[in-house]
Amino acid sequence: MRYLRRTWPFHLMLLPALALLIVFNYIPIGGIVMAFQDYKPWLHISGSPWIGLDNFRLMFEREDSMQVIWNTLLIASFKIVFNLLTPFAFAILLNEIRQKYLSRSIQTLVYLPHFLSWVILGGILVEFLSSDGGFVNRVLHWMFGIKPIFFLGDGNWFRFTVVVSDVWKEFGYNTIVFLAALAGINPSLYEAAEVDGASRWAQTRFITIPSLIPMAIVVGTLALGKILDAGFDQIFNLYNSMVMSKGDIIETFVYRTAIVDGQFGFATAVDTLKSLVSMILIVISYRLAYKLANYRVF
Amino acid sequence: MYRKTVPYRIFNVFNTVFLICAALACVIPLIHVLAVSFSAKSAADGNLVGLWPVDFTTIAYEKTINNSVFLHSLWVSVKRTVLGTAGILAVACLAAYPLSKENAQFRGRSIYSWVFVFTMIFKGGLVPFYIVIQNIRLMDSFWVLVIPGLVNVWLIILLMNFFRGVPRELEEAALIDGSGHFGILWRIYLPVSLPALATLGLFAMVWHWNSWFDGLLYLSSKEEYPLASFLQTVIVSRDFSSMSFSKYEFELLSQKTINAAQIFIGALPVLIVYPFLQRFFVKGLVMGSVKE
Repeated sequence: MRYLRRTWPFHLMLLPALALLIVFNYIPIGGIVMAFQDYKPWLHISGSPWIGLDNFRLMFEREDSMQVIWNTLLIASFKIVFNLLTPFAFAILLNEIRQKYLSRSIQTLVYLPHFLSWVILGGILVEFLSSDGGFVNRVLHWMFGIKPIFFLGDGNWFRFTVVVSDVWKEFGYNTIVFLAALAGINPSLYEAAEVDGASRWAQTRFITIPSLIPMAIVVGTLALGKILDAGFDQIFNLYNSMVMSKGDIIETFVYRTAIVDGQFGFATAVDTLKSLVSMILIVISYRLAYKLANYRVF
Repeated sequence: MYRKTVPYRIFNVFNTVFLICAALACVIPLIHVLAVSFSAKSAADGNLVGLWPVDFTTIAYEKTINNSVFLHSLWVSVKRTVLGTAGILAVACLAAYPLSKENAQFRGRSIYSWVFVFTMIFKGGLVPFYIVIQNIRLMDSFWVLVIPGLVNVWLIILLMNFFRGVPRELEEAALIDGSGHFGILWRIYLPVSLPALATLGLFAMVWHWNSWFDGLLYLSSKEEYPLASFLQTVIVSRDFSSMSFSKYEFELLSQKTINAAQIFIGALPVLIVYPFLQRFFVKGLVMGSVKE
């Protein structure tokens, strides 16, 4: 009783958030039972027949779902690697710029795409990368005389474009954590190296890069949880029927099979497997980040 | 000094040029779209526009802002952004305050924290969520754009970490003076966290403005779409049913320039708040993510 008298305002404050979480997060988790049903909208969850693991079995038997899982893994892994390496290198290079105003202006420009949505960027890129006289193809033709490239119309080019455009959108923003880590390096290390006559390259190799490694480990391990997340917003706004076989990913597949084709049970099964694997990877990656770099989020 | 050496100077020149090119590459597509939106039909359709308008005209913008569907979706977007951001901040303040307390002062805190954090790492997925929205009759309602997004656990954690930096003595003094926790939150925590709240508010605003999938999924009438969903159907899915041309207009207007104008208007609010956002977000990002 004394506990409640002292803490009731706390519980009351948490009530709105908690109620919303229950409705919009925990009840949908309960809805996962659909993955084990042959769900029919007019029968609801209570009346739909149970079919055990059939939906999951079907997922591994259907060629399209296996292809989609493979596409997702491939695109997501490339994104993870280049979303780590690019900001890492960019931060080191940017650190060499001594003119404050120049470094500030560069940062302002590279952070910008992160804040624009994939609807806007999708609309821009479709026009910009068009094989029919798009800006990039015009420039390439003018500079190297290359024939138009089907950036968004050919499966392999599509994968390439998706990875590059994602890195383009996010590398600036991802640089921030590395710049913060760079700012934290003790300047006396550089002074000592200077006295010993170390070149800038030697300083970079033996001071800067080792100081950034812990942060790189954190970013890299935390990204593990995204291995099944190839970027719904981006793919949905860039893909088309020509690149479906190589560009379709789990989330767009789930959307189409469920909302467009009405195979609710099957789509839920695919989605659930993704959520489960992602959760396991997230937990592992947080443990790893804590072990390897002593990093804690909470 | 390594700065004076010849190899470093050569490196420095190349590095500066390279970084400037990389920075420009981030905005060139945007500039191209802006140039197309101000160009004449013939130049745009003939792919003659580069980074500067050809035969400058504002007719694409005139047509766009005279399109009532576009205007209405703009209004829906403004409404959802204002209401949604206010709601997110209110819920986040209320939740972050108790969660920022010590375990000794608020037993049960860690259970609550887990309830919040678990939703970040495991989700029910698209279909069950869709069915919940159907069952609570949010389908086709404006509120489907606001209510499901009210709890943003990430913002709550950032705010919680900020609240932890508020000196305990302030709270203790207020408690002795007979103030309750609601009073402390309202009169002490909120005023001292205004900069943090402004940052989080800007993030929430950008998030709301950019959200497009919920409108597409839960609203059946295209007239009620927020701008982002409207743009998705017009630009990406190429559904032009909301736009009608007279014969006269058809000769002056191209779908390309209109699309470009719409894209640019859609991006404009983000571009406007971006300078403010940038001033805050580096600090904000570090505020929540780096702890010793």
